Amino acid sequence: MDPQAVRKDFPVLFQQVNGHPLVYLDNGATSHRPLAVIDEIKRFEEEDNSNVHRSVHTLGQRATELFEGARTKLAALLGVPGTNGLIFTKSATESLNLVAYAWGRHHLSEGDEVLITEMEHHSNIVSWQLACKDTGAVIKAVPVDDNGVLDMAEYDRLLSNKTKVVAVCHVSNVLGTINPIAEISAKAHRVGAIVVCDGAQAVPHMAIDIPSLDCDFYAGTGHKMCAPTGIGFLWGREHILEEMEPFHGGGDMILDVWIDHSSYNEIPYKFEAGTPPISQAVGLSTAIDYLNNLGWEAIRRHEIEITRYALDRLAELPDITVYGPTDAELKGGLVSFNIDDIHPHDVGTILDGKGVAIRAGHHCAKPLMRKLGVGATNRASFYIYNTHSDVDALVDALESCRKMFG
Amino acid sequence: MSDLEDLYKEVILDHYRTPRNRAKIENADVHLHRDNPLCGDEIDLYVDIEDGRVTNVGFEGRGCSISQASVSMMTEKLKGLSIAEAEELANTFKSMMQGEAAEDEDALGDLLALQGVQKYPVRIKCALLGWNTFLEGVKVHNEKHGA
Ligand SMILES: Cc1ncc(COP(=O)(O)O)c(C=O)c1O
Repeated sequence: MDPQAVRKDFPVLFQQVNGHPLVYLDNGATSHRPLAVIDEIKRFEEEDNSNVHRSVHTLGQRATELFEGARTKLAALLGVPGTNGLIFTKSATESLNLVAYAWGRHHLSEGDEVLITEMEHHSNIVSWQLACKDTGAVIKAVPVDDNGVLDMAEYDRLLSNKTKVVAVCHVSNVLGTINPIAEISAKAHRVGAIVVCDGAQAVPHMAIDIPSLDCDFYAGTGHKMCAPTGIGFLWGREHILEEMEPFHGGGDMILDVWIDHSSYNEIPYKFEAGTPPISQAVGLSTAIDYLNNLGWEAIRRHEIEITRYALDRLAELPDITVYGPTDAELKGGLVSFNIDDIHPHDVGTILDGKGVAIRAGHHCAKPLMRKLGVGATNRASFYIYNTHSDVDALVDALESCRKMFG
Repeated sequence: MSDLEDLYKEVILDHYRTPRNRAKIENADVHLHRDNPLCGDEIDLYVDIEDGRVTNVGFEGRGCSISQASVSMMTEKLKGLSIAEAEELANTFKSMMQGEAAEDEDALGDLLALQGVQKYPVRIKCALLGWNTFLEGVKVHNEKHGA
């Protein structure tokens, strides 16, 4: 895979920002979309647009075929055997809330425990807090050790037959840590807990095989993997989804409706009330084709390589603190760091002045920031189109930060 | 680079590196802790008020250069002003940051250096943190003392 060639597929990258060529290193927040995706969405809107599942007319059938085709493609990407367990949502956040609401509120009660980790994104924390507030269950968290990985001995200790849910990210959006989901699942299942895995930072970057992770729910999002915003997904074990209450009520999720009660549609439609994000699903479908075509081995190798280069180059700077694993093989393609006590918002602003876009802030992970003892960090996150010269531009811009504040 | 130099003026960097009045005031008449959840900037502001006048101002805090320099500059300006003058200055400063024509720009003096922040909408909150905390503190003080 040649990132220089990949770049050419992403028109947004070719612009000047504050008088400098744009260097986009905020892929952890959202990736860009290749021309293929932009063109396909435009084509869909111009030729096939219609609502899905409801119409007998030709456009309705075309839209439905494309929408369901996206589901089939996504199922293949995730290695799941069928599409019944695959629910389209608007985001990973909505997916996690769906589980916490529709499963959590009916399965948790006083005395139960929800086990999360200190490295969760707010979406995998607050959604469980809401469920606990309504049910009287309590939240505990597996600590992160000094190397930025989960303390598995503490996990063993915290896990008990009170534990009903283990909610954990596949890849941390701050530390980049890749968590041992298969091991976590095996242990959780031994005490009868279900495992909810947040794959928002994993699916865009590595081949995913849900059956081998053995979790019970897996959430993801399109906008970090070349698809538009407004489309996410939740995979769940079919027998769990079957017996769950719905999340939202409305059109599409019902079989029949009377004034005082309804019967529900089969899964996954039971969980897809109302008009779903149709053109977004079409975009996701094309994005999956695009990424498949680059090859998942090649994508992962590229990210390991550029992350290693970034870690090496950053280490040249004095007074740099890197958070999370420093072995590129063991982490996703991102690096969180602080430099010289300069506040990340100052770093972010100065870098932007040089055309370099990074994320500066708490990354929706305030408990983790507290654990690391910082208010915020800088994060450079890479994708298929980033090159060594992007990393060089980052390091040069950081040098000028140090000069300005030194 | 010129926009950046406009933002990070030497006065601002100077106040950030060597903040003025950065100390806790024991038993201050006004003490408020406020933060800016977006950035994680935070300050504790201490104000002593005697006979309707600001007699002493101190702060503790951490955060970006803009938030900390702005509070530091504020503490220098407020000392000795009457409450009414101090509130007026705070409001003039806020107007400037929000891009409105300030009535009395001369009163701002050094604070004009913060004008460059206007171009960075997400940073305006940082510059206003200390000033909003002060205005809030005065309000609380007035309510307590029936001014
Ligand atoms: C680890 C993690 N979980 C969840 C989310 C939320 O995803 P979405 O933007 O689709 O709601 C993000 C992205 O910000 C994330 O990084």
